Amino acid sequence: MLPAFFPLKILRYGLSGKYPAERFIPPAQDLKKSYDVVIIGGGGHALACAYYLAKTHGITNVCILERGYLAGGNTARNTAIIRSNYLTPEGVRFYEQSLKLYREFSQELDFNILYSERGHFTLAHTDAAMRTSRWRAEVNKQLGVDSELIYPDQIAKLCPHLNMSDHVRYPIMGALYHPPGSIARHDAVAWAYARGAAKMGVEIHQQTAVNGLIIENGTVKGVETSRGTVYANRVMQAVAGNTSVVAKMAGFRLPIKTIPLQACVSVPLKPFLDQIIVSGSLHVYVSQSSRGELVMGGSTDPYGLYNTRSTLDFKEGLLGHMLELLPMLGEVKVMRQWAGMTDMTPDFSPIMGLTPVKNYYIDSGWGTWGFKATPVCGMTMAHTIAHDSPHDLIKPFYLDRFVDYAQVGEKGAASVGH
Amino acid sequence: MKVMNCPLNGPRNISEFAWGGEVKPMPDPASVDDKAWADWLFLENNEAGVVREWWCHVPTSFWFIAERNTVTDEILKTYPAGDVFNARVEFSKKAENK
Repeated sequence: MLPAFFPLKILRYGLSGKYPAERFIPPAQDLKKSYDVVIIGGGGHALACAYYLAKTHGITNVCILERGYLAGGNTARNTAIIRSNYLTPEGVRFYEQSLKLYREFSQELDFNILYSERGHFTLAHTDAAMRTSRWRAEVNKQLGVDSELIYPDQIAKLCPHLNMSDHVRYPIMGALYHPPGSIARHDAVAWAYARGAAKMGVEIHQQTAVNGLIIENGTVKGVETSRGTVYANRVMQAVAGNTSVVAKMAGFRLPIKTIPLQACVSVPLKPFLDQIIVSGSLHVYVSQSSRGELVMGGSTDPYGLYNTRSTLDFKEGLLGHMLELLPMLGEVKVMRQWAGMTDMTPDFSPIMGLTPVKNYYIDSGWGTWGFKATPVCGMTMAHTIAHDSPHDLIKPFYLDRFVDYAQVGEKGAASVGH
Repeated sequence: MKVMNCPLNGPRNISEFAWGGEVKPMPDPASVDDKAWADWLFLENNEAGVVREWWCHVPTSFWFIAERNTVTDEILKTYPAGDVFNARVEFSKKAENK
């Protein structure tokens, strides 16, 4: 079939006078009795995993069970930033693979995700942050990632809107500059994977809650859903935010705390901010979406909660710091606010791969770094499920690293102040 | 701003407090093996519902216990840690053995 963006096809479509909407997912059917693979959760990671299971491994008898609606959780609540300038070699390799998959995404899935390379600036306001930036830049370069430490004169040239004054609480001393840093439309990523997976035969069931797991002799056999029992040879959970609740059904605990992460957008403005600006010390990140809205986020909430309420304290803290960086935004109004529930791990790295239950796999520990990892998670978890053995890229993120005292301390994560 | 009742200082803004995580029974440090210690250190119940947690009033460094509903964001009860922990933990035992 010709890709949707083939020029003649677009012309024919434009002249046809009929514009039928394309149905991405076939209408809901009854659940089958059993599947090769059942995936709990219908977010970006789950959909990507189903897509790669079908495409790379030829496993199409796959069922996705989503309690709410497709990609209505953290897939729709992140700030859509994609980058690979992390601190640990394990993290850099993993996220760099994700960035590569994102670059080819629109072509491969024949779906425009509005992938836009902006350049990512992590500002440093202290000697300690400068040291970490230098460290990250060197690790990044060693692994072939475009990343360097730049100084105020270069920052002023590349980001003319930033307040470079010394007369502020935290003057800008330097920045880790990562030119491939990008943003993309997060919903489109989920829709593209859903459509791709459904075309190859994957069943997607929304409004279907998993209430229990069937485990016999330490091996998972199926799941109990709100629409009856479903048997499966293999089961994966990808439900960041509710990870511990689902893992409890499987009978194990995790080193995860569920903590809200809030974000907001401004009213739409004419395009002026091409770059993605981040400050770990000030707990601010901001970029301008293709709709013109400034997408703003900060640090995670100060305490754990299974709730997506918003607080005024968060906005005061975030916007106060942001006005120090971009004072001309003083009169701009906040238009929308929301929160997501993140899986925070003690070392700021994900928890992926095998679990104490045989044939039960986990994709979790997605704190503030889940969206950018969507394609690579799908790819590596599909491999892990198909071979019952973790993919090389996710081996360092195994669950028992905490018992082995082999954590992957990821100080390059967004919520970490340096 | 959300207000929490400190058992020492009375009602205060939540921004004055630091979250210390759930109250878990600590295994005996003198006899515990590495795995059990790691379990206690890292694994969380991460309960969706009513939990019992450590909190600290930062300006006065006062640690206490709060009962809280993690689904509704309600603080149900706060009380001094001494109400629960009234025995001394002996950390020196293992060091003496070596």
